[in-house]
Amino acid sequence: MEKTYCLGIDVGSTTVKTVILDGDEIKSCKYERHFSKVKETVANQLKEIGEKYPDDKFKIMITGSAGLGIANMSGIDFTQEVYAAFVAVNKTYPDADVVVELGGEDAKIIFLTGGVEQRMNGSCAGGTGAFIDQMATLLGVTPDELNNMALKSTKLYPIASRCGVFAKSDIQPLLNQGAKKEDIAASIFQAVVDQTVSGLAQGRKIGGKVLFLGGPLSFLSALRKAFVDTLKLDDDHAVFPELAPCFMAYGSALQAADVSEPMTVKDALEKIMNAKASDNIVVSDPLFESQEDYIEFVERHKASDLKYEDISTYTGEAYLGIDAGSTTTKLVLITPDGKLLYNHYCSNKGQPLDVITEKIKEIYSLSGDRIRIKASAVTGYGEDLIKAGLGIDFGIVETVAHFKAASYFCPEVDFIIDIGGQDIKCFKIKNNAIDSIMLNEACSSGCGSFIQTFAKALGYEIADFARIGLFAKAPVELGSRCTVFMNSSVKQAQKDGASVEDISAGLSSSIIKNAIYKVIRAKSVDELGKNIVVQGGTFLNDAVLRAFEKELKRDVIRPAIAGLMGAFGCALYAKEKADDEFVSSILSKEQIESFSYKPSSAVCGGCGAHCNLTVIKFNDGRRFISGNRCERGAGIKKTDVMENTIEYKYGLLREYESIKPDKPIAKVGLPMTLSYYDLLPFFHTVFTSLGFEVVLSEESSRDTYYKGQQTIPSDTVCYPAKLAHGHIMSLLEKGADFIFYPCMSYNVDEGGSDNHYNCPVVAYYPELLKANMPQLNDDNFIYPYLDINRKNHTAKALSRALKKYGITKDQVYGVLNKAYSEQVRYRKKIEAKAQEIILEARKQGKKIIVLVGRPYHTDPEINHGIHKLIASLGLAVVTGDSVANLSKVPELDVLNQWTYHSRMYRAAEYVTTQPDMQLVQLVSFGCGIDAVTTDEIRAILEEKGKLYTQLKIDEINNLGAAKIRLRSLVASIEEKEGK
Amino acid sequence: MAGSKRVPKPFLTDTMKKEYTILVPDMLPIHFKLIIAILEEYGYRLELLQTSTRAVIDEGLKNVHNDTCYPALLVIGQFMEALKSGKYDVNKTALMITQTGGGCRASNYIHLLRKALAADFPQVPVISLNFSGLEKQSSFKITPAIALKLIYAVMYGDLLMLLYNQCRPYEINTGDTDRVLEFWQDKLSYALKHNKYFNTKKLYRMILDSFKAIPRTKDKKPRVGIVGEIYVKYSPLANNGLNEFLISEGCEPYVPGLLDFVLYCASDSLNDKRLYDSVTARTLMFDIGYEVLYKFQKQQIKVIEEHGEFFPPHDFEELRVYADKYINQGVKMGEGWLITAEMAALAETGTKNIICTQPFGCLPNHIVAKGMSRVIKQAYPDANIVAIDYDPGATKVNQENRIKLMLANARE
Repeated sequence: MEKTYCLGIDVGSTTVKTVILDGDEIKSCKYERHFSKVKETVANQLKEIGEKYPDDKFKIMITGSAGLGIANMSGIDFTQEVYAAFVAVNKTYPDADVVVELGGEDAKIIFLTGGVEQRMNGSCAGGTGAFIDQMATLLGVTPDELNNMALKSTKLYPIASRCGVFAKSDIQPLLNQGAKKEDIAASIFQAVVDQTVSGLAQGRKIGGKVLFLGGPLSFLSALRKAFVDTLKLDDDHAVFPELAPCFMAYGSALQAADVSEPMTVKDALEKIMNAKASDNIVVSDPLFESQEDYIEFVERHKASDLKYEDISTYTGEAYLGIDAGSTTTKLVLITPDGKLLYNHYCSNKGQPLDVITEKIKEIYSLSGDRIRIKASAVTGYGEDLIKAGLGIDFGIVETVAHFKAASYFCPEVDFIIDIGGQDIKCFKIKNNAIDSIMLNEACSSGCGSFIQTFAKALGYEIADFARIGLFAKAPVELGSRCTVFMNSSVKQAQKDGASVEDISAGLSSSIIKNAIYKVIRAKSVDELGKNIVVQGGTFLNDAVLRAFEKELKRDVIRPAIAGLMGAFGCALYAKEKADDEFVSSILSKEQIESFSYKPSSAVCGGCGAHCNLTVIKFNDGRRFISGNRCERGAGIKKTDVMENTIEYKYGLLREYESIKPDKPIAKVGLPMTLSYYDLLPFFHTVFTSLGFEVVLSEESSRDTYYKGQQTIPSDTVCYPAKLAHGHIMSLLEKGADFIFYPCMSYNVDEGGSDNHYNCPVVAYYPELLKANMPQLNDDNFIYPYLDINRKNHTAKALSRALKKYGITKDQVYGVLNKAYSEQVRYRKKIEAKAQEIILEARKQGKKIIVLVGRPYHTDPEINHGIHKLIASLGLAVVTGDSVANLSKVPELDVLNQWTYHSRMYRAAEYVTTQPDMQLVQLVSFGCGIDAVTTDEIRAILEEKGKLYTQLKIDEINNLGAAKIRLRSLVASIEEKEGK
Repeated sequence: MAGSKRVPKPFLTDTMKKEYTILVPDMLPIHFKLIIAILEEYGYRLELLQTSTRAVIDEGLKNVHNDTCYPALLVIGQFMEALKSGKYDVNKTALMITQTGGGCRASNYIHLLRKALAADFPQVPVISLNFSGLEKQSSFKITPAIALKLIYAVMYGDLLMLLYNQCRPYEINTGDTDRVLEFWQDKLSYALKHNKYFNTKKLYRMILDSFKAIPRTKDKKPRVGIVGEIYVKYSPLANNGLNEFLISEGCEPYVPGLLDFVLYCASDSLNDKRLYDSVTARTLMFDIGYEVLYKFQKQQIKVIEEHGEFFPPHDFEELRVYADKYINQGVKMGEGWLITAEMAALAETGTKNIICTQPFGCLPNHIVAKGMSRVIKQAYPDANIVAIDYDPGATKVNQENRIKLMLANARE
């Protein structure tokens, strides 16, 4: 007899789930990865069901992020997936308080008790199944293996999980420094938990009975453990239902009961298969019109190749170049006349040192006694470790290596673009020197490894995946943003019926657009110059190369060794540097045979920063330490380090704390955050003069951030703002009677500008703190609106705010002059100090870097010690605000309406008048206003022939990218001067 | 300041204006059509851009720093696309852009636009439409007469938008509401051109009657409020046709009018006076302006209430009271406290479903939207607020999914 069942179909970003219900009874439940073949996978599951229940009728409800399109097109009912989960939970666990569901690309929380609330991750949030997959790929393991590794961990590293790309930049250095994979695995899961707790819950407590749903949580025990441990749940309060992976499908099956018209599976199948793809995919032209086109293209690029020499017969000297990249390792051995003896390109499997050691052994054995390595050089993320471990002669910055290699193939080169696994590096060449460098910022990374991850996700090997794209008929336009966004674009394209071929070709052109428009920011192709050399492993992919040529509408040069250019450049560099007497320090054949090392971790006790150190002990007793921010960690004594205005300013600000009145009326807390980095002298003087004891919040650290993390409502606001929450907590801990933090639309008017605003975040962050930190109330948090340019108003507003303490307007008025003077005195001190430093630098013949940014970039947790990094390269550092007074505002093409920015423009103008100065701009990630200032400062500098260097910083501690930029800057300065 | 030599800044002189076509970006199609009608009376020839192809976004990405907010990217992208399309004589085309002069990035759009033009179209003049005295040489000369007309255009535009949204979801014969809207757009354009727009009461009533006459179903659909950054809130290009989407999902959209934003800007000097004892020459002018505008709004609300068929807009003074519960009116960058106030007002007056639209990474919205939703939720536990980010990479499916989740809640 025919029956009517309920069928729930959950089509997620990576999987298809179906659940069949007969009344309350679950008849079947299936979970399957769809590898982007969404429609096919759904159809297959339906066919299976159809075979089992040929004549029965089904009430069907579809759910899931990729299900919406199918439902719309086929006319089958659809329910929102979080709502489906909600229904399922109400049915099965009516006593649950919170549901946490992690899916392929979504993370969701449902709060059930105390006001139902459902939350999904924002469009810029990692911390999901796809993130874990990506990280597993990075470590070269399966998610299951990752899980098993994590269970064996002994320590955790902080990893950003905001988005996959960020995490990669945290993980890569750990890998390259030799941190244990087990620990990294566990840290990855912990990052997912942190992301969920801080990013999604945003201040609401996850407690009571918590239900964990979704694929990753059901299959990965280490992730479950991380959640349970972090949330401090016991077995009764952490529920992992057996049905977890299919819970949404179950929920939609439950809802299907309300569907009016049941149908047979056959009908449903027909509806789905006949559904027309909607025509809102945008497509572009095919990469190649014909096979002939392709052959012509291949022939053309064959022309750029090296000559080869047989390593098994060659006798003589050779030069070794190593590129220890973020995900891959490249080695080349060349003869003095540039012929290629040996090359190797492989994944570093997270252990670059092992791979390189192996390969050098191989080179030695192939070379026999005929070949002598005259000199060697290394570049890339693993540079320091490889150099120290294997005795490589030179370490050079990637940009220099790439330039060397590119000019070998094209001496007239104007522009080099290198897309590697993790980075895009582009540089313009002018007068035979690197003129400007464009690197991808942390957010838009995901270059070569990005297409690889997609290939894997879609079930292809990278080479095959690239190949099928070559002749795609209608490549999809996928936009040009970072990986996480791209996932959604791909999802949408699939939903709209794009084929894997079209997606492959579309991804290739996305990478290119990302590079051209986001990293290079070219307005027209002519900007790039005539002779363009492309390199990096990603360009070995013909589809990417072709997409690039099509976008530029011109032919470019791709050397056949595109993937080896860094290494080749190193070899050329080694050759250049080694004169006749030079003897290489590279480990000999015997030494390398016995070479071994042992990594261990330690915490540096040198200062309050407590850096996580990775200590590598080599078999000959040498040690290599990484993870340290300053010399101290590496066990090097400080010698004669020059002063800089960053530390000087920070010191001055901190010193105010010691000034206290005799009998304080009350204790006022001033948070060391945002605007206080500029106006502390003023407010401190006001309060102490009025008889208050001023307490400052603690020195920022990662822990400060964690303290307030749970009350941050917007996860895309800049890191300096996020830290403010921790500083408020710190003041409460320190027992301040009240916290004073004024809202200031207007900053100090320093003249010469159109207006003198603060940025919206600096101006109004106190409002946000008050609204989101339950610890604050009208008594302990005073945040008047002030415009300190207006003395009378300031006196009035402050006395009104401090009425409770009996402060009158006259009293305030009486101390204001002193406060204004103090602010001026503070500024003068910094300016004087800058002059001292400049004088000293000139005496020592050092170049001077003017570091521009915001006052709060003085905070050591925000600047991550970048000034130390700059100093370590032999440069002196002064801040922009300490020299801004020396110049007038130049003619600008923007509205100059923010005080802090006006200082930067003036500092930039000043730099253009000083031959021995260069400017480096610090930009906080998420600072929208700097989208305006960066281009303007660049224009001011470049017009007068100065280099522009921008460093983007956020909570991530890794200074890798900053280091490349700074070293390249130094190399460029040297080259320019050499000419 | 004249600016550097790097970026050319051609002006549109009075003699040129007859020959030039001025392109206007797409933000509020209903209002902008009326505004165009007015400015044409003063000898300008304007054209509203309504392109929404992918090329608009691509041009934006190419020509604007990618960390710039989405509205700038779209507006500039739309201009660049138009100039490159071959449809316009680039030697006889100028561009118009609005400028508020506040502390948010939006005041810099005009500069970013000029930078974008510098390479390929250095001859194209850019005209600023602003009330803050910025860009003196290249802004529209807003005489009191033009200003008054513009205000009327805003009032009529707001009413049309309000009524459209209250009828369209319920219309029985498809297309009725659009026809009525079109009829009134034409009629009002004519009235504004020929100075026949002063009898607002009469016109309001006529408009109300013609919308009332549209045959509509009686079912109750959930009303969904749309608040947020001004461009993303209104522009179908930016919000992926949010208004239409909500209607297709069986909801009644409610979008607060442009007059609120105008009043918000006008109240700025009032607030500065209150907060900072700041009194300038402009304060008095703005005080009067504010009073006049507010009276206009009161009148419109009164007519709608008396008419009895439709739900009137919020009273601006009431919005200010709502704001005070959660945030200081000193928060004046971007849409500032207005967003918070609108959310609160909606929740208070029974529109529990609220979509807060924002460009990804919008700075003021960190404070006034995401930053305030906790306190608003506390005050109205059943408020159903969802924040949607818009940017070139965010996909429609993702946005719609979020909205659907909210709607699922709404229908509970």
